[in-house]
Amino acid sequence: MAEDVVTFHRQSKSILRVLIKGDWNISFGLQNPERFLAHIKSNPETSHVEFDASLLGAWDSSLISYVVSLNALSKEHHLKIDITQLPEGIVRLVALAEAVPEREGAAKNKVKPVFVDDLGSRLINVYAQLSAFITFFGETLLSIARLVKGTAVFRRQDLFIFLQDNGPSSLGIVTLISVLMGMILAFVGAVQLQQFGASIYVASLVGLAMAREMAAMMTAIIMAGRTGAAYAAQLGSMQVNEEVDALKTMGVSPFDFLVLPRTLALVCMMPLLTVYANVMGILGGALVAMIMLDLSWSMYIEQMMATVPLKHFLIGLFKSIIFGVLVALSGCYMGMNSGRSASAVGQATTNAVVLGIVLIIVFDSLVTIVTTVLGV
Amino acid sequence: MASDNSISNNSTSNNYVEIRGMSFSRGDRLIFNDIDVDIPRGKVTSIMGPSGTGKTTLLRLIGGQLKPMNGSITVDGQNISSLRRKQLYAARERMGMLFQSGALFSDINVFENVAFPLRVHTKLPEDMIRDIVLMKLQAVGLRGARDLMPSELSGGMTRRVALARTIALGPDLVLYDEPFAGQDPIAMGMLVQLIRLLNDALGMTSVLVSHDVSEALSISDHVCIIADGKIIGQGSPKYLKEQGTPLVKQFLQGLPDGPVPFHYPATDYKTDLLTGN
Repeated sequence: MAEDVVTFHRQSKSILRVLIKGDWNISFGLQNPERFLAHIKSNPETSHVEFDASLLGAWDSSLISYVVSLNALSKEHHLKIDITQLPEGIVRLVALAEAVPEREGAAKNKVKPVFVDDLGSRLINVYAQLSAFITFFGETLLSIARLVKGTAVFRRQDLFIFLQDNGPSSLGIVTLISVLMGMILAFVGAVQLQQFGASIYVASLVGLAMAREMAAMMTAIIMAGRTGAAYAAQLGSMQVNEEVDALKTMGVSPFDFLVLPRTLALVCMMPLLTVYANVMGILGGALVAMIMLDLSWSMYIEQMMATVPLKHFLIGLFKSIIFGVLVALSGCYMGMNSGRSASAVGQATTNAVVLGIVLIIVFDSLVTIVTTVLGV
Repeated sequence: MASDNSISNNSTSNNYVEIRGMSFSRGDRLIFNDIDVDIPRGKVTSIMGPSGTGKTTLLRLIGGQLKPMNGSITVDGQNISSLRRKQLYAARERMGMLFQSGALFSDINVFENVAFPLRVHTKLPEDMIRDIVLMKLQAVGLRGARDLMPSELSGGMTRRVALARTIALGPDLVLYDEPFAGQDPIAMGMLVQLIRLLNDALGMTSVLVSHDVSEALSISDHVCIIADGKIIGQGSPKYLKEQGTPLVKQFLQGLPDGPVPFHYPATDYKTDLLTGN
């Protein structure tokens, strides 16, 4: 920036004239009022400050800023300052800038978080989320207890709607995914097993994988995307519409009325869907075995019956029940804790699916580890 | 509801709701600082104040949806914040709350919405429920709209249906959250009338949170004005108009600037503009 946009002249001992000239543009940077300060300090007799803007070119807020800071400094040093010689626009803007004095303590001091600080607050956040989820789980258990006692308030009709929606209505997608799953398993197995002339073992492979892992897990993931997301969206929009509050003020527990029928419906339907997915997966495997490996239907079934004991199906069924609980809870939890705006409902839906799938996989690996250790 | 009536009779005080020394904060922000509020029994009380002063929060506190940090909130002789869950739900059955959005259940029609509290809390036979629902709908002038779904109703109708649902169980206390917000003058006039009429006809206590000063004052027996976490004025509308502090007068007359500043607290204007972040 040109050094001489501001110069100081003495009219008399007591009057300091500030001559402002040239172009003032904020991209040149801000003028420092230090030279002004030096001038009034070196001449303690100064009592008046005047401006002369006759040579001023284009100007913007950098000039306003400078004038305002001179104004403040003059007041601090008990000098009389006269800005009326400046262009009218500047006078008005300065008046506006000083119309509302800064309130004490209003500025928020943004402190850059230290790494440890950041990590700590994230952990605290995770802990808070976790404990909120556990509280939610506990509330749902209490609600189930009330159901057993017969004091839970909900519409029987709701339960049937959810049963219909989670069961029969999702057969289509479960069929498609399970048949394809069985076919993929059979394909992958067939390529390897054919090399050893052991293609008959495709039946065992498909049977075991579907019964123990894939049927339950794929069904759960489908339901997380289908039902878990729907639950979060339903409850989230009820939250936005204050319907959940309305329930509370009418003395109806939202857990009994909203969470309970949804959870019950999914927990009832998950094992049934899993059995169905098993059948479909095994059929898909049989299809590949019959077409690609020339195995007969009876050989396939016989081999499977001989090598896949019932306990694998039971483990799969057990997992599917827990998956049902996890998917329903993550959907309802995200919905009930949704923010009160349309975008928050979308966020809640996404979170419900993510949380549901994470919980499914984590629980599945836990079961796998435990059953391996126990040798089941 | 014989047991409920016996609870109501426990308290002989003239005030249905008494708040004493109550403080409440959200995060770092203190919303109420040691306030006392009286809501007289059988009267219409308006709670007014600038936006963001926590009027709706006060309703939620009275309804027991939030708990105060300090002090007590007594509703009909019961300290609402120390009630156990079951008692709280029982107490809420005797309160009705009308939400700003109406909060009708969007998956059931008008009739079922009004019937909802009756079905949930009573074991009345179906024909009696039908009679009660039609009576309540008649009271709000919407008996003919019983088969409509909430999405087919106008804003004013939604609120009237919600009002019918709120009074379905014959509550002792009705809390209105911004009942006039966003209503056309005709709908607003109807609601103003309804609130007063229902209060007198059913012997309820009504609490009204509103910005619409003239409408609220016209039907209120008692007014309570909140600003900056404090009660700045409490009394009859006439008393406040004549004797109120400058702040009360600013609010009642709707002046843009005064004791309540036009500007939200901020950093220095100049620094804000020039420093970027």
